[in-house]
Amino acid sequence: MTSMTVIEAVRSTLDEAMAADDRTFILGEDVEAGGVFRATEGLHAKYGERVIDSPLAESSIIGISIGAAHYGLRPIAEIQFADFIHSGFDQLCSEASRWCYRTSGDAFLPMVVRTPWGGGVHGGQHHSQSIEAYYSHMPGIKVVAPAFPADYRSLLKAAIADPNPVLFLEHKRTYRLIRQEVDGAPAETVIGRARVTRQGSDLTIIAYGLMLHESLAAAETLAGEGVECTVVDLLTLSPLDRETILESAKATGKVLIVHEDNLTGGLGGEIAAIIAEHAFEYLDAPIRRVAGPDIPAMPYHHAMEDFFMPNREKIAAAARELAAY
Amino acid sequence: MTTVTMPQLGESVTEGTILSWLKQPGDPVALDDSLCEIETEKVTAELPSPYEGVMGEILVPQGETVEVGAALCTVIESATAATTARAAAVGARAGGGWSGGPMAIPPDEAPAQQLAAPPNGAVKAPVAAAASAAAGSRRQPDSRERFYSPAVMRLAHEHSIDLATVQGSGVGGRVTRKDVETALARGPQPLAATPSSSAARPATGVPVPVGPYEVVALTPTRRTIAENLKRSNLEAPQAWTMVEADVTGMVARRGREKDQFARNEGTDLTLLPYFTAAVCETLRDFPMLNARWESDELRRYHSIDIGIAVASEHGLVVPVIHGAGDLSVAGLAKQIADLSQRAHTRKLRLEDIAGGTFTVNNTGSFGSIASKPIVNYPQVAIVTMERVVKRPVVLEGDAIAIRSMVNVCLSFDHRAMDGYEAGGFLAALKRRLEAYA
Amino acid sequence: MTSTRTRRPRSHQTIDEYLLSETQLEDMYYHMLLARRLNERMLALNRQGRAPFVIAGAGQEAAQVGAAMALKVGTDYLAPYYRDLGMNLVFGMTAREAMLNLLGKRDDPNSHGRQMPSHWGSTERKIVTQSSVVTTQFLHATGIGLAAKLRKDPIVVLTSCGEGSTSKGDFHEALNFAAIHKLPVIFYVENNGYAISESNEKEMPLKHVSDRARGYAIQSATVDGMDGIAVYQTVRPAVDQARNGGGPFLIEARCYRLWPHSSDDDDSRYRPKKELEEWTKKDPLTLFRGRVETDGIFPREDLDEIEHRVEEEVRDAAQWAMMQPDPAPEDALGHVYKELGS
Repeated sequence: MTSMTVIEAVRSTLDEAMAADDRTFILGEDVEAGGVFRATEGLHAKYGERVIDSPLAESSIIGISIGAAHYGLRPIAEIQFADFIHSGFDQLCSEASRWCYRTSGDAFLPMVVRTPWGGGVHGGQHHSQSIEAYYSHMPGIKVVAPAFPADYRSLLKAAIADPNPVLFLEHKRTYRLIRQEVDGAPAETVIGRARVTRQGSDLTIIAYGLMLHESLAAAETLAGEGVECTVVDLLTLSPLDRETILESAKATGKVLIVHEDNLTGGLGGEIAAIIAEHAFEYLDAPIRRVAGPDIPAMPYHHAMEDFFMPNREKIAAAARELAAY
Repeated sequence: MTTVTMPQLGESVTEGTILSWLKQPGDPVALDDSLCEIETEKVTAELPSPYEGVMGEILVPQGETVEVGAALCTVIESATAATTARAAAVGARAGGGWSGGPMAIPPDEAPAQQLAAPPNGAVKAPVAAAASAAAGSRRQPDSRERFYSPAVMRLAHEHSIDLATVQGSGVGGRVTRKDVETALARGPQPLAATPSSSAARPATGVPVPVGPYEVVALTPTRRTIAENLKRSNLEAPQAWTMVEADVTGMVARRGREKDQFARNEGTDLTLLPYFTAAVCETLRDFPMLNARWESDELRRYHSIDIGIAVASEHGLVVPVIHGAGDLSVAGLAKQIADLSQRAHTRKLRLEDIAGGTFTVNNTGSFGSIASKPIVNYPQVAIVTMERVVKRPVVLEGDAIAIRSMVNVCLSFDHRAMDGYEAGGFLAALKRRLEAYA
Repeated sequence: MTSTRTRRPRSHQTIDEYLLSETQLEDMYYHMLLARRLNERMLALNRQGRAPFVIAGAGQEAAQVGAAMALKVGTDYLAPYYRDLGMNLVFGMTAREAMLNLLGKRDDPNSHGRQMPSHWGSTERKIVTQSSVVTTQFLHATGIGLAAKLRKDPIVVLTSCGEGSTSKGDFHEALNFAAIHKLPVIFYVENNGYAISESNEKEMPLKHVSDRARGYAIQSATVDGMDGIAVYQTVRPAVDQARNGGGPFLIEARCYRLWPHSSDDDDSRYRPKKELEEWTKKDPLTLFRGRVETDGIFPREDLDEIEHRVEEEVRDAAQWAMMQPDPAPEDALGHVYKELGS
């Protein structure tokens, strides 16, 4: 057993994938020097021309990865901050997502786009965004957002092995915040499965990324007050694991969905709709959401940033109300 | 993948109960193969598959009641069975192709407007304030005692719990799912709870009998009969009248024809077809009785569609002989035999019970010699054929003879007609019955 | 296609000047003509109400066929754009398949009825699938070039677009990256004079698309795109150079869109009649026939026989394709994701 942070989990998995398969290569800004979060540190020295600095042009990072994946390689692209990925929206959503579909499976793209997302790091409007809702809306791309280092390892490995484009979201606040004992080799994991991280009979909290950790902390607080929460770690945001969502919603009849992405059009709406459609008769309370406010971007000043970010206190307060309902 | 939905089995029917599934997932399904047996307020019927292929998922378990239009099951159509199965497999994991599930309980009240989530956690006031505000709102009398969440409704229905007996611990005294589960865990007491609660209800002042009793479970059919008859009695001022007819000729004629008929058709020829034929002919002269109330109008129908009341062990049903006015006695006999047999074996289809314009009730089959039928709403009249009995009768010229006599009783909706039409009808019917030779 | 004609003596000196063999010249004419006749038939089917949409390459056949013939079919990659029927025919697409594609039939190898017509793609033939979003394919070609370089595979990618597409960011990002890494990519621009209704002056401040290469230190050339032989003679050395590590090349073929933008477009609203008349005189098919006849490469009878053969093939393709099955409605749900092992 080794203790690892999230960033160490990412780096070690990249290293192992590069060593295991010479079709893999890394393309992104500053990756040769190790990247701004040091996710690729040491890899250029080890793998040479397979770790490639790209110009500051996100569309090209994704478009070139598409071409290389089509050719049969396994590109692992890095977009330095998720906030900048939208320059490549066209390549992701008009091209990568439908490559397999529009050729009826004749062609496909085994590629990964890694990118750090999320707030709480004083990154202001363009280094804090949650972008998952835009891309989860697009069938054909898989979107993964783990919370724990061991899951980063197993899901990144699975993403690299997947024959489809996978958007791999790494919560930048957790890079060095979350540490976990992990096994030597990443487990074989299926993309598309959520996990019940904590079992409780009073209500269900559904979250991912940093908010999963905040939700677990809130659940711990509530346990001290006699309220037992089930906490579901979504892990894959698209396609959603409807089975686990519905099972855990039915089990408690009270559901709280947490994300730091702003409320309107966020994944919480889709999850709530799934539950309302398919578990209506099991609901014992209105489905509730704790999410970022509907403002265009994360403000920079820490007072406003704290106001924006959902956290364990806000989650616990909402959960308390729901439990009492 | 195609979804099969709850059909509307009868006018005004809004829901149906799955009695049993006749196909299981994976079974091959031919067009019109029976998928399941459905009981509604009006009929019990088998649902013929509108599609050909392979049975997919069962969405409504046996015993459950769902609204008309609710998805019951899926059928993977054969032309595309392979493709859709594959697509469905992809869909289940990929997120495409989810159809709406069954929605058995209609969303009545908006459950949670008062406690709806604030737009987000952060816009709220500081946490402590929010928590105390929530606590405060709980103290306010918001009479949520009688708001039941979908989960509570479902549990109560499944376990036959009288929710009035469950103590609510939720906001505003609401009965929560946990409260129901706790009550359930305490043991099976719903039936024991019922008498005490009804005894405690002094609404009418009528003393409730003490002592043991059992609650009769009402089937959908029973409930509908109750509802329809109540409606008929509440809405239609009904008058009653009776005549006596000498049907010696009719009985003799039946005696001559029954053996031949039995040989040809394999069923018994009763007196009812002769009676019904006479009713049809008479209705042609008195069309005011061949009518229905529809959309606040009284509609006199040109086609004579006779409902035949059939009492079976499954309850009263009134299958309809459409175009009865155009049928011969033999034709009517065959129709009556067929409908009656299917009523007893619960094989009636929707069209078999819909749209009657007049009803004939063979009360004589129970031995009755006089009865007061209740008009089959929204029709306006019903006639009975009582038991045919041999009696000494004074004939013309004061001779006494033994004749076959029958009483014919008529109930009619006095809003639709007066005694003039009703009496005229009955007199004319008597003449026709006596004219058989 | 087997030919039964008897061969006549040729001027071998002239053939050598062309850098093309007699068979290649015959192929060139055959493919250009097949592309034109297919497009004509497609438009007829559209006007008959049998095909909802046609987007064609009339006037660009020489630019397409000449360039594609400079590649190694079966080895090299093609990332074309929607007008490039001629290129696809050189890369192995049959007339029947082109008609299946037009009609969105189930067995259309390009997209099985999922894309609009003329959105080509075949993994087997190394034709890269494309969308209606212009110029995205320039980056895909660059990615293939990068992959080939990493794998040390001696292949070349040719990607094409119209001149209107050269204003998009992906064009510039692709040229920039390919130049930095000296990737074996031919960026091929068919300057047909119009981006739908916008003439060259509205699209760019330069006279030649090839001038755009300067910003990326890429070698470039402009060639008469109405002359298939000249196109081949220009593209072939660029392909050879790219294959040998010489890096990318930007080639502009000056041609002309003889037809409206698509079956839904009315070009009389924006195109001067006189201009169209002038360019029609330079129709690449007429030009080719004139040149090989004058130079004595092919006698008229041989060319007539190719014409006849092509017409027969096109008639058969249209009739056959119309009889082919349509996709089942539920086919719409499949292949959202690639399953491992599928």
